[in-house]
Amino acid sequence: MKNFAALTRMRIQLTLRNKMFLFFSVIMPFGFFFLYSGVFAKGDPVVVRYFLGPVISLTVMGSFWGLSAALVIFREQGILRRFHVTPVTASDMLASSIVSNYILTLPTVACELLLARLLFHVHDFGNLLSVLILVTVGIVSFASLGLVVASVTNTMQETQVLNQLIWLPLIFLSGATMPLASLPRIVRRFSVFLPATYLVTGLQRAIFVSVPFWKLPIEIISLTFWAMLTFFISAQLFRWEPESKIPRKAKLWALATVVPFVILGFWENHHGRLHAQTQSTYDSLSAPSKTPPPRNATPEKPQ
Amino acid sequence: MPNPILQVENLFKRYGPVAAVRGVNFNVEEGEVFGLLGPNGAGKTTTVEILEGLRTPDEGRVSVCGLDPQRDPAELKHLIGAVLQSTALPDKLRVMEALRLFASFYRKRRNPEELLKRFGLVEKRNAFYSQLSGGQKQRLALAMALVNDPKVLFFDEPTAGLDPQVRREIYDIILELRSDKKTIVMTTHYIEEAERLCDRVAIVDHGQVIAIGTPRELKQRSGDNTRIEVRLAKPEPEGVLKALEGVSECRVLNGSYVLQCPRPPQAIVSLVKHLESRGNELISLEIASPSLEDVFIELTGRRLRD
Repeated sequence: MKNFAALTRMRIQLTLRNKMFLFFSVIMPFGFFFLYSGVFAKGDPVVVRYFLGPVISLTVMGSFWGLSAALVIFREQGILRRFHVTPVTASDMLASSIVSNYILTLPTVACELLLARLLFHVHDFGNLLSVLILVTVGIVSFASLGLVVASVTNTMQETQVLNQLIWLPLIFLSGATMPLASLPRIVRRFSVFLPATYLVTGLQRAIFVSVPFWKLPIEIISLTFWAMLTFFISAQLFRWEPESKIPRKAKLWALATVVPFVILGFWENHHGRLHAQTQSTYDSLSAPSKTPPPRNATPEKPQ
Repeated sequence: MPNPILQVENLFKRYGPVAAVRGVNFNVEEGEVFGLLGPNGAGKTTTVEILEGLRTPDEGRVSVCGLDPQRDPAELKHLIGAVLQSTALPDKLRVMEALRLFASFYRKRRNPEELLKRFGLVEKRNAFYSQLSGGQKQRLALAMALVNDPKVLFFDEPTAGLDPQVRREIYDIILELRSDKKTIVMTTHYIEEAERLCDRVAIVDHGQVIAIGTPRELKQRSGDNTRIEVRLAKPEPEGVLKALEGVSECRVLNGSYVLQCPRPPQAIVSLVKHLESRGNELISLEIASPSLEDVFIELTGRRLRD
């Protein structure tokens, strides 16, 4: 625990000194915030509130970029092997990566909410406890995904390619960039296989429809289970040494990370639960008054 | 050996089809500076990394401070300090932060301020790792290896790639640790380093220990002869040069004739006379005092740096 705390402190210090952090954790999230709030929502407080879910999701999902790159650089430069000869364990190293990332991402999320209030006059952020829970499981799960990416790639180039392959569908097909309800049916059917979709819709419903966390069991449980699974797999695949290349067989482990959302995706497509909820939230935005449903209203019946 | 703090028995390690370590055996006594001397790829680093618990041996028994590095890695890491061959720290980590961070991992810790002073890094305490020179980075690596006041220190090629002045600074630090009676296991491919710093040396080649002893014992074993290396305009039959007065052995290495000479002045005189009589010419001549290089040449027929 002591080593984990010391490493977390070090990771925070190093990240704050890194110019890339400024881009990925400050410029990019706030860029998205102003794009969505100022351009897409045209400053309308109700629409800004609707888009806060996707904006915060993008901030949360950004975790996996920075972490995968940092871990691969640490391994390639032989930094990890220096820690390997100390009493530090792989779990200390991985957990400190996630927790430092969590500590650094939360203020960005808080600033986004604060700016929405100060600049765009959004006075109701829905159910903030639900938001906090989803942000927490979201950061842990996407950060763990970043650690898995770092473990299955051998070089920084490979990491960047795999990051792009994962990132693009996550942001374009999950409702993070365009409302799911406005996307073609085939895309919506595919979107339920993506973990990001559950984060985006969960956050959107928590903020826009004020859904309490106990009414978001599938989003919270699926992301929590996925966070634990990806963390476990990243610990299994973790390598200290730059020259220890990962065997192809071990890469199959990484495929296990997609299993929970493949199962959930089939279930969602069969029951249509998530599709109905995203449609109802979207419809409530499109209603003439554009008044979001009051607290405690059921999302299936927007006002 | 009265009190071995480190024991290696019949150690084997393969990387795919390549056998990096093939039946290595040695013991190290407490307070001893023990060197593994050999060319690159001889298996020195693999051996040391097995002792540090970083690699798993395929066969053999290893004990460091009475612990098996595979069974008790967590406990062992509290008792050892290491300077690894290819390693680094994060660029944006400051010198003092690095010392404090690494000290925090251990039960037993030395004062980082004291280490800064001892390793001449006081002025660099707030410098980022990326701002340090090669020598300063290596001094920091040595300081970090001592943060837990370890029982055994492992130095893997501690001066590789450093300029001569920095190398001498590192030698002084290791000699100081030797006078403090620290147990040190170091690898090197520098003859001078092994001779100057080590109480005992194991010469390693192709994954095996081919000779072991104090530098003096090893040199005596090869006759304690002066080595004369000559390049000639025309080739000479090997047996002819060996038969010259003052020469006891002659080998051909990379086009040079390497003569082992118990009586160097006589050997030079007889060599010059012989070449004159044969109409041959001396292109170059090098005289080297007896060293571990001679032992290596005698045992392997190659130079250490070949």
